Amino acid sequence: MVRWSRFNIASIVFGFAFLYLPIVLLVIYSFNESRLVTVWTGFSTKWYGTLLTNQALLDAAWVTLRVGLLSASASTVLGTLAALSLSRYPDFRGRVLFSGMIYAPLVMPEVITGLSMLLLFVAIGIDRGFWTVTLAHTTFTMCFVAVVVQSRLQSFDRSIEEAAMDLGATPVATFFQVTLPIILPAVLSGWVLAFTLSLDDLVIASFTSGPGATTLPMRIYSQVRLGVTPEINAICTILIGVVACGTLIAALATRRRELQRQKDERAAFAESMVRTVDPPPAAAGG
Amino acid sequence: MKSLGIFRRSFAPWADPNAKPFISFRNVTKRFGDFTAVDNLSLDIFTREFFALLGGSGCGKSTLLRMLAGFEQPTSGEITLDGQSLAGIPPYRRPVNMMFQSYALFPHMTVEKNIAFGLKQDGMPKTEIAERVAQMLKLVKLESFAGRKPHQLSGGQRQRVALARSLAKRPKVLLLDEPLGALDKKLREETQFELMDLQYELGLTFVVVTHDQEEAMTMSDRIAVMSQGRVIQVATPAEIYEAPNSRFVAEFIGDVNMMEGRVALENGHSVLKTEDGVSVPLPEPLAEGREVALAVRPEKLKVSRAAPPEGANLYAVRGEIWDIAYFGDMTVFHVKLPSGKIVKASSLNATRGVEDPFGYDEQIWVSFEPQAGVVLKG
Ligand SMILES: Nc1ncnc2c1ncn2[C@@H]1O[C@H](COP(=O)(O)OP(=O)(O)OP(=O)(O)O)[C@@H](O)[C@H]1O
Ligand SMILES: [Mg+2]
Repeated sequence: MVRWSRFNIASIVFGFAFLYLPIVLLVIYSFNESRLVTVWTGFSTKWYGTLLTNQALLDAAWVTLRVGLLSASASTVLGTLAALSLSRYPDFRGRVLFSGMIYAPLVMPEVITGLSMLLLFVAIGIDRGFWTVTLAHTTFTMCFVAVVVQSRLQSFDRSIEEAAMDLGATPVATFFQVTLPIILPAVLSGWVLAFTLSLDDLVIASFTSGPGATTLPMRIYSQVRLGVTPEINAICTILIGVVACGTLIAALATRRRELQRQKDERAAFAESMVRTVDPPPAAAGG
Repeated sequence: MKSLGIFRRSFAPWADPNAKPFISFRNVTKRFGDFTAVDNLSLDIFTREFFALLGGSGCGKSTLLRMLAGFEQPTSGEITLDGQSLAGIPPYRRPVNMMFQSYALFPHMTVEKNIAFGLKQDGMPKTEIAERVAQMLKLVKLESFAGRKPHQLSGGQRQRVALARSLAKRPKVLLLDEPLGALDKKLREETQFELMDLQYELGLTFVVVTHDQEEAMTMSDRIAVMSQGRVIQVATPAEIYEAPNSRFVAEFIGDVNMMEGRVALENGHSVLKTEDGVSVPLPEPLAEGREVALAVRPEKLKVSRAAPPEGANLYAVRGEIWDIAYFGDMTVFHVKLPSGKIVKASSLNATRGVEDPFGYDEQIWVSFEPQAGVVLKG
């Protein structure tokens, strides 16, 4: 066992405090009775109650949810297809360019992504609103999905697909019956990632949204400019809860599958050791 | 040389000039970039044949199978199955199934579902599928494992699932890429015979890739020995062993002594004069001075203390025992000939305890019959 030095403990405590103290404060103050955000007067859940009467916030939450679900689903389909073609045809012309272009939006400043989307929508004369935000979110979350799925495909044994085709499955049947079920965990975590990214995006939404399509982060931001209220703390706490749950579920599911697999493999191994020689297959009637 | 008819079994469609080949490679070449994996290869395989592809690593065996299964397209040449060209027919429309070297089981499906997969693709009715799957499970003795996933099975069990899956559709041709590679020696030998029985009883055509020569000898009707994308010799196991057509084949299969020498003329006949002074008549006249070799298998060399009697019609050379390797069932003597060449002679230990065994450095005679060796020109 490695002993924990004081320095190690200190740096871990400090690191986590640095990361989570602001969030913890926010959560605590969401249960503050006082209207004044910085003065603690007692525990209360009343701000969660008033949330339900704030129609503007509820509308924004509804828009965000719809944008998130739609764009995450669309980007999962597109991102998975991109990942498949990039890993499947490793020597098609312009592959390097393509994979570079898939990764670029990951590091592109959001302001630029948002601005270029805005310019595009203006240029082709689309009214900005719900659909433009959804489109923009699909575009920028797609590359995250592609990256997640592609890393799974790297360890994918292609002979499994060949076996399916050899047994008479068309390429489409092979994809839906063999490839997709095997890479599904990666596809799902891609979806969760896309959904949470869409949920908390402010910059790109600000550029591409229009009247009647204000997302939750946009609404919160505009309210905060008028002063932080405990109500805002409450909605943010809920948001944090949703995102944390999503991440946790994805992580736990992956881990459980991994553990189960290891357990099964150990069991099979132990069994094969017990009966050193298995009964061999016999010929028909022989 | 004498006819090799004695080696042929009753099943020998390749010897019948009127027999139509079932699978036929016609001048097939496969290139990957500028690398030639299969080089202008022609080969005929007959119905119900158990055909083995044998060769070193990277000689193109898997590539040949993959072209037959439809995963690779020949760069040039043609492959026909039952008289029809396979060009342009995708893998899922070929009446060929393959058992993969890595097994390639579907990890997310149970054993049962794995076996049923191919039948489901054909739209077979559910009850029939269940019946066939049960039959297959019984065949490979995995009835109690039907509900398991592949990762819950041992290596040998996975191999049997892969076999059952590739057999379930009753393909006309079954391709097996190193099917027994992952098994231990005992299970491997048992499975070899089971595969042979299975192939015979279901009346299938098997093409098996292996680089284990013993496995190829045991199982197959004919063997194609490959090297660098070419077929060097196609023949029955006995022919390959007793009448290799080249040094490569002779050295690839089993142990062999190469007695090097030159062609000389004696009494108007071509003979091979070996380095150690033995003259062996050649079956055909060859140019004088040409370098040829006589390939003699170790078990065809006899070691004795006394010189063979006059008129015994044996070729004999004096030698010295250099090394003795005892294997239990037989002993292999490494004998140094006057030329300095070391040959191997094996003798079966048919009785227990030899009274006066040969010792190291002992002067002995090595002898062989006129028919014992094959003259190799290449
Ligand atoms: N897709 C490919 N691209 C490039 N080269 C390839 C490809 N597939 C095979 N080769 C080359 O072709 C040659 C023959 O390969 P193949 O897999 O047929 O060998 P093999 O006889 O099956 O060998 P082994 O006994 O090791 O399995 C090898 O040198 C290999 O590197
Ligand atoms: Mg191979």
